[in-house]
Amino acid sequence: MISIRHVTKRFGRTAAVNDVSLDIEPGDAVALWGTNGAGKTTLIRCVLGLFRFQGQIRVDDFDVARQGKLARARIGYVPQELGFYDDLGVAEAVALFARLKGVRSVYTPDILGRVGLTGHEHKRIRELSGGMKQRLALAIALLGDPPVLVLDEVTASLDACGREEFVSLLSGLARGGRSLLFASHRIEEVTALAQRVITLDKGKVTAEIPAREFIPHLGLQATLHLRIASGAREQAARLLREGGFDPQRNGIGLIVAVPTAQKAAPFRILSEGRIAVEDFELLAHTDSHTDSHAAEHTP
Amino acid sequence: MTTFPAHAPIRLAACPPPGLVANTLAIAQRELREAVRSRWFILYTLAFAVLGLSLSYVTAAAGGGMGLSGFGRTTAGLVNLVLLVVPLMGLTAGAGSIAGDRERGMLTYLLAQPVTRTEVLLGKYLGLSGALIACIALGLGACAAIMAWKGDATRPASLIWLGGLSLALAMGMLSLGMLVSVLARKASVAVGTGVFLWLVLVFATDLALMAGAIAMKLRIEELFAACLFNPLQVFKMWSLHAADASLDVLGPAGLYATEEFGAWLHAIFGASLLAWIVLPLIAASLIFARRAPV
Repeated sequence: MISIRHVTKRFGRTAAVNDVSLDIEPGDAVALWGTNGAGKTTLIRCVLGLFRFQGQIRVDDFDVARQGKLARARIGYVPQELGFYDDLGVAEAVALFARLKGVRSVYTPDILGRVGLTGHEHKRIRELSGGMKQRLALAIALLGDPPVLVLDEVTASLDACGREEFVSLLSGLARGGRSLLFASHRIEEVTALAQRVITLDKGKVTAEIPAREFIPHLGLQATLHLRIASGAREQAARLLREGGFDPQRNGIGLIVAVPTAQKAAPFRILSEGRIAVEDFELLAHTDSHTDSHAAEHTP
Repeated sequence: MTTFPAHAPIRLAACPPPGLVANTLAIAQRELREAVRSRWFILYTLAFAVLGLSLSYVTAAAGGGMGLSGFGRTTAGLVNLVLLVVPLMGLTAGAGSIAGDRERGMLTYLLAQPVTRTEVLLGKYLGLSGALIACIALGLGACAAIMAWKGDATRPASLIWLGGLSLALAMGMLSLGMLVSVLARKASVAVGTGVFLWLVLVFATDLALMAGAIAMKLRIEELFAACLFNPLQVFKMWSLHAADASLDVLGPAGLYATEEFGAWLHAIFGASLLAWIVLPLIAASLIFARRAPV
C-alpha cells in the first residue's frame, strides 16, 4: 500500500531522513518511533508529498512526487495539532473537506457520531477543546474511507485523559482494514495500535521490530516502591531475590526494579510467601524518554 | 528490510479527487467567506465608502457648488482615493493569505488533502478577489448611488470605468501580495512587506521618476515607459484617459502618450495591468510549488 524506497530528505546539510526504505502492506499498522528530531514527522510529510525528497514513495501505486493528488486521495491524515480555520463551523469544516476529497454524500451527524462529536456540529472550531479538534481531524481523515491512515503524534497535545480516550477511539475506528502509519513517542499508543515498529534515529532506520517485541527491545524498567511491615522486610527481600529480582531497602519497605511486562510478579511472589504489601507506588520510565507516570494504590 | 504479514486485508476504495476547477472553487468559496467575515474587510469597506462620500462633498464644495456635484471632478478625486486605499487592501490581503495559513499550520493540513498547490493558490486568489470586488463595489456603489440620487450623475460611464479599473488594480496588487506571501515565513513579515511595497508604489516611485527625469535627463518616451512599470501610474493614466480622453493633466508625458499612441493607449494600459495581475501570480505559483508548506 505504501512503498518507501531510499528516501532522503535534507534541510541544508542535515539529513532529516536518510536513505529510508519501508513497505507497508494493506491492513498493516506501522509505528515510527524515535526521539524528537529523529525524522518521524519529516518522513510522514514526505509520504504526504509536502516535502520534496530524493528517492521514491508510492501510495497505492501512485508516485507521491508526480501524482501527489491521487496519492493523497488514498490517505486520511491527522496532524499533531489541528491548525484549523477557527471561524469555521464544525459542519462547515466537514463539508469543505468532503468536497475537497470528492465525497459526494455526507451526513455530518453520522460522520461526527463516529468520533463522539454528536451534538457539536453547530459549534465553531475555536470552541472545541484540543481533544475534540483531534476527533474532528479524525472524522475528516476518515471521510471517503481512505485505505491509508497517517497520524503524526496525534496525542502529543492532549492531556493524559484525552490521550487515553483518543487512542481507544483510534484502535476501534482507525483500522478496519486500513493501512496505518503513525509517528509516536508514547509506548501505550504504539502497543495499542501498531503491528510493527520502525525505530528512527537521526533520520535512519535503526530497527524494525514486531510490536510484541517492542517493550523488551526498549529494555523498559518500572520501579516498584513496596511498603512492607518492618518485621517482614527481610523475608520479603529474600523471596524476591529467589524470584530473580534485586530488591533494595528503604526506610519503609523495598524498592524493586521490574521489567514493565512483569510488574505483577513481585506481588505474586510476596502473596505466595504470605507477606502483606501495605501500599505501593509504581514508577514507569523508559531508558530514552522521561515519560513517567506514577500510580498509587492501596490494596 | 523485514516484511511482516498484514492482517485482515480489506480493499478500501478512495474517492477520485475532484478536478482543478471544483477544488479551486471550493477553496475560493471558503476564502471568500472567511474574508467577508473578517475585520479587515469591514474596515476597508467602511473606510472606502466614508472617504469616497467625504471626498465627493469636498470636491463639490471646491467646485463652487453645494452637495454632490461635479461628477468628473469627483471621479478624479476618487481616482486618488483608489490609488491610496485599493493597493493597500490588495497587498495586505494577499500578503496575509498563504503566510497566515502557514503560520497557523493550516497550510500543511490543507496541502495534505487531495489538492494541488495550484488549486490552493488559485482558490485563495479568486476568493480574495471576490472579497475585494465586493469591497470596491460597496464603496464605489455607495458613492454612485448617492450622487445619482442627488441628480448629478452626469457621467456614470466614468464611474463604471473607475470601478473596473479599481478591480484590475486590486487584483494586480493582490497578485503581488500573494507573491510576497509565498516567500515569507511569517504573516507579520508578509504584511509588513506588503505595506512597505505600498509605500514604495504610492510615494517612492513618483519621487524616483521625478528625480530620475532630472538627474538622468530621461527623455519623455523613457519617462512614459517607466510609468508603465508602476501599476498605480498605469491605473491613474488609464482612469483619466477613460474619463477625459486626454492625459494633458499629467503634463508632457501624458501629452506624449496621447499624441503618440492615441487609440492604442487602452491596449497599452490594459496589457500593463494584465501583466501586473498575471506575472506575480505565475511567479507565486512557481515558488509555491517548490517551497515546503512549513
